[in-house]
Amino acid sequence: MNNSILVVIIASGIAYGTPLLFAALGELLAERSGVLNLGVEGMMLVGAVMGFWAIQRIGGPGHTALFLAVAVAALAGAAVALIFAFLVITLRANQIVSGLALTIFAGAAGLSSYLGNDLGLADSPAEHQFEPVDPFGLADMPILGPILFGQTWLVYASWVLVVLIALYLTRTRPGLNVRAVGESPQTADAMGISVSAYRYAHVVAGGALAGIGGACFTLALTPQWVDGITGGAGWIAIALVIFSFWRPELCLVGAYFFGACQVLPLQLQARDYGWVPPLFKTGLFQALPYVMTVVVLVIVSSGIAKRRLGAPGSLGVPFVREER
Amino acid sequence: MTIRIERRLIQPHWLKVAVPVGSLVVAFALIAVVLLATGHDPITTYKDLFEAAFTAPGALSQTLIGATPLVFTGLCAAAAFRMNLFNIGGEGQLYFGTIGASAAGLLLAGQSAPVLIVAMIVAGFGAGAAWALIPGILRAYLSTNEIITSLMLNYVAGLFLTYLIFDSHSYWRDTTSASAAVFPVGKSLPDAANWPTIGSSVVIPFGFLLGIGAATLLWALYSRTRFGFEVQVMSDSPRAARYSGMRTRRKILAVMALSGGLAGLGGVSQVGDFLHTLDADPKGLRAYGYGYTGIVVAALARYNPFAVVLIAFLIGGLQNAGSALQGPDFPSGLVGVMEGMILFTALGGELLVRYRVRVGRKRRGAAAAAPEVPAAEAIR
Repeated sequence: MNNSILVVIIASGIAYGTPLLFAALGELLAERSGVLNLGVEGMMLVGAVMGFWAIQRIGGPGHTALFLAVAVAALAGAAVALIFAFLVITLRANQIVSGLALTIFAGAAGLSSYLGNDLGLADSPAEHQFEPVDPFGLADMPILGPILFGQTWLVYASWVLVVLIALYLTRTRPGLNVRAVGESPQTADAMGISVSAYRYAHVVAGGALAGIGGACFTLALTPQWVDGITGGAGWIAIALVIFSFWRPELCLVGAYFFGACQVLPLQLQARDYGWVPPLFKTGLFQALPYVMTVVVLVIVSSGIAKRRLGAPGSLGVPFVREER
Repeated sequence: MTIRIERRLIQPHWLKVAVPVGSLVVAFALIAVVLLATGHDPITTYKDLFEAAFTAPGALSQTLIGATPLVFTGLCAAAAFRMNLFNIGGEGQLYFGTIGASAAGLLLAGQSAPVLIVAMIVAGFGAGAAWALIPGILRAYLSTNEIITSLMLNYVAGLFLTYLIFDSHSYWRDTTSASAAVFPVGKSLPDAANWPTIGSSVVIPFGFLLGIGAATLLWALYSRTRFGFEVQVMSDSPRAARYSGMRTRRKILAVMALSGGLAGLGGVSQVGDFLHTLDADPKGLRAYGYGYTGIVVAALARYNPFAVVLIAFLIGGLQNAGSALQGPDFPSGLVGVMEGMILFTALGGELLVRYRVRVGRKRRGAAAAAPEVPAAEAIR
């Protein structure tokens, strides 16, 4: 039963959705503060390469090394995000162009590839990698076992993170402040909230989470380093934030759905079902998340939905105190 | 003492040239620091780069080939961003240009070269424009933010392109030749559909000339016609445009179609100048990111069509030199790092064009003089 296609697709959808979830939660924090960062792919790749570098260089027992490697990946992602934050918050540069510039700078043909080359990381398997752990000994349970208890620590950590971010945004003063900054920076400024400090903090935190998302690839999913290993996951993460109406708990669902969409064609090809329409076995099926994101965006830009579910009011608008 | 940043009421013309040049100088200084830190000699690296891009035998021709798609995708972004329409779908629109152009080339096999070339241009422009009209229509009629929709459609277009050759028996796929049995490829276009080149020592691809022509037309359209004037008004003050009765929706559609068509031409020139087939390999055309690079080309050129051609030429040179020099002394990825740093300094330098940085005591009344700023970048 635990090998049935549904269970396998959900379980591997969760595994492949986890990097998307980390990166999307990070992007969600940045967007909730009113900053659209299109450089997620670049930040993920730098996190991926630095996390992999750390695991190759740090000795010691596996779990300590893995924990440190994730921390290094987060720091690397945050450092790259800081460049972007300085450009768009302090220097008031165009967010869209700056985000694309960040991806070119850090992405598959930029810094991440340069670092991978310079540090000699290609062509060797990771010293340690995240293995599935089963804290309660329930992994053999029918259906739910592989889905809920056959995952890595990264997956369990992402569940905790979803809860924490959801509570942060709805139940804490700084969380409410960041929403005010994203909706109406002028009002937030008048309330005495520092708009730039909040935006800096959340863009950098978003970069750290994107870095961890990248490390999910090099430390868990495909434990090695090749240029462009994230394969466009950063762009899916941006879609995911919209798909989940800028809400962390829906991000979780969306990430696993998007992850499942990526693994479904391969699983169907491997199992060779006659009754499945051939289109579902092709790569074209992987376009479904993007098409659905466009549909969701159309829905949220219509009147009623916009007020309840829409984007932060000032997303993409630089805040200049003197100009209002 | 305080540092104050105030919006300039008038942007002096000399600044619009001095700041980009200054940004380039700062960028190359910063890159020199990176090179030194990683154990490379900056002066020899720069000299090698310049030679590999422009002066080595055949280098200039290669640079022109690399620059051609960037001219078109740069014009695509410039055309749309001028109207505050952030079409970042140039990448997908370029793929559709290749699909349209190769369809035209295959369908009209046997026709003469001029007929084929014109048909490819028309079909590619049309295909790119049609793909760009999806976010255009959503924006014009449902006020859906075009930034994200056009971005998402890039991936749909890329997967569709791969589907045409790898996963289906489409019209474009070669199913007969021996090599096609080993690895899926597209049908080859007839020889008459191969675009001519001009020159012998320096080979100028026809696509590059077409790009200069397109830049000239775009410049004329935006600065010499009523259409261009109305687009300008709409971008500077959407409210004023609406009150004076300009047809905003139609303009959005027209500008998106024009922008997508220009990106489509980038795809057409790729097919006509050297691919001569539909390249659907995820590691081929899809991996180069011409559409995204075009956006930064346009931003560096401050959305001026002629400057787009110049910047595309320089970035094309940098990329060409990067792939020519790739090796232990010049690791892959260095070109992206250099491009990124040039962009960062250029984007940061923009602050000096738009704002005046004052160091000194606060002047009374300075803040009150700030003009209204259009908040057109907001996500609707």
